[in-house]
Amino acid sequence: MATRFRECALLLLLFTHAHAAAPLTEVPGDAERGRVAFLDRDAGHCLLCHQVAQVDEPFQGNLGPDLSDVGSRFSAVELRERLIDPTLINPETAMPAYYRTTGLRQVGTAYVGRPILNAQQIEDVVAFISTLKKP
Amino acid sequence: MSSNRSCGITAHSLMLALLAVAAACEMPGTGVASESEPTRTLTQALSGYEFQAEDTQALQDDPFANPGMLWVDQGQELWRDAGSADEPSCSSCHGESGDSMRGVAARYPAYDAETQSLLNIEGRINHCREKHQQQSPYAYESAELLALSAFVAHQSRGMPIDVFIDGPARTFFDSGQSYFYERRGQMNLACHHCHERNVGRMLRGDRLSQGQPTGYPAYRLEWQTLGSLHRRLRFCNVGVRAEPFSAGAPEYVNLELFLTWRARGLKVDAPAVRR
Ligand code: HEC
Ligand code: HEC
Repeated sequence: MATRFRECALLLLLFTHAHAAAPLTEVPGDAERGRVAFLDRDAGHCLLCHQVAQVDEPFQGNLGPDLSDVGSRFSAVELRERLIDPTLINPETAMPAYYRTTGLRQVGTAYVGRPILNAQQIEDVVAFISTLKKP
Repeated sequence: MSSNRSCGITAHSLMLALLAVAAACEMPGTGVASESEPTRTLTQALSGYEFQAEDTQALQDDPFANPGMLWVDQGQELWRDAGSADEPSCSSCHGESGDSMRGVAARYPAYDAETQSLLNIEGRINHCREKHQQQSPYAYESAELLALSAFVAHQSRGMPIDVFIDGPARTFFDSGQSYFYERRGQMNLACHHCHERNVGRMLRGDRLSQGQPTGYPAYRLEWQTLGSLHRRLRFCNVGVRAEPFSAGAPEYVNLELFLTWRARGLKVDAPAVRR
């Protein structure tokens, strides 16, 4: 019974995981809007943990890897997966899940049921970081 | 790399870099509650002091410049005259100088058999107020409670921390430990993601320390005032978009017991000065 349940849960996880890699919206991502969402403190605020040589901002964090060449290393599908819920790739990750609303603890009342980025913002950020390539 | 060397690595930044590597190699904590002796995941405990800029450290070290000493002085006054005309002051029971409080902050939070609860210094002060002074408890972040707790903590400055987690204290400890390793908030991060696995790294302009409680109540430059450990814990909850508990909540006192146990061997450095 229990193993059966675990199998179902695993299948569901695989399904949502595979499904997650497809674009979340009909409207293709826009790199310029993505740049804004990437930087905005109330949206991605990705510089909290990452450095990007292409943006001229002081105090870029280094908890996560340098993203200056991330567009050459990953496809849009892989980048989207890493944004939606990086724990599916690395259960121990210190990177937040940007498009996940369930299975979270003690979420601030203002944020319950809302992902950090909405579907369009995810697509926009994916479009922006896909452009990050070393010359 | 070579450009790094030419701009001169200070011993301090070198040490922090080594720590970041050491922290990255550590085993993640399990947070599993059990009766066996818990294992500390940090190989070497370091006070938040070690992660401050030199001028901030200098401010903390100089008793005339340390802004936290203002609260210690106010605490000493309250120590002598807390209570009304016909109620005893703290000093009527514990002596004029406060020397009797030496070592107390180094072994708190502690289980209190009478109330069957876990009390930190603030909780103990308020308990004395209600029971022995017939006064209503101070609000957690009030000027008076901060001053008295700074006064008491200061008596233990330099003394090694060692809290008791056996017997009835163990349940409180276990829930504090679990809290430390559980992800929470919309950002889905646990304390250990920042304060064990990424120690020494930068979160924008903040260098991550081990999240040690040794210096509280502490004067934080970003607050421009003295604040309790629980105020800092609320900040860390809000930082990951988790709903914070109120300061003084049992969840934070349990977490404080875990943090203090994790800090054992480190010296009390309250009132500390932090960025
Ligand atoms: C609180 C820290 C934190 C924040 C905020 C954060 N990340 Fe990350 N990120 C990490 C860490 C740590 C990794 C390393 C991979 C791992 O541990 O799973 C990572 C990995 C990545 C990777 C894979 C890079 C590689 O080389 O493997 C991408 C892409 C990425 N992040 C993009 C983003 C974007 C875009 C944002 C903002 C919308 C963001 N991150 C915000 C911590 C963070
Ligand atoms: C997203 C990162 C992050 C998370 C998660 C986090 N903190 Fe912090 N914490 C910080 C930052 C940044 C500071 C200020 C710099 C420093 O001292 O590390 C800080 C400071 C502290 C301090 C003060 C240390 C000192 O010496 O002044 C304590 C104690 C602390 N954190 C405990 C915790 C606990 C307990 C949790 C979990 C409930 C937690 N933190 C979760 C980022 C975080």
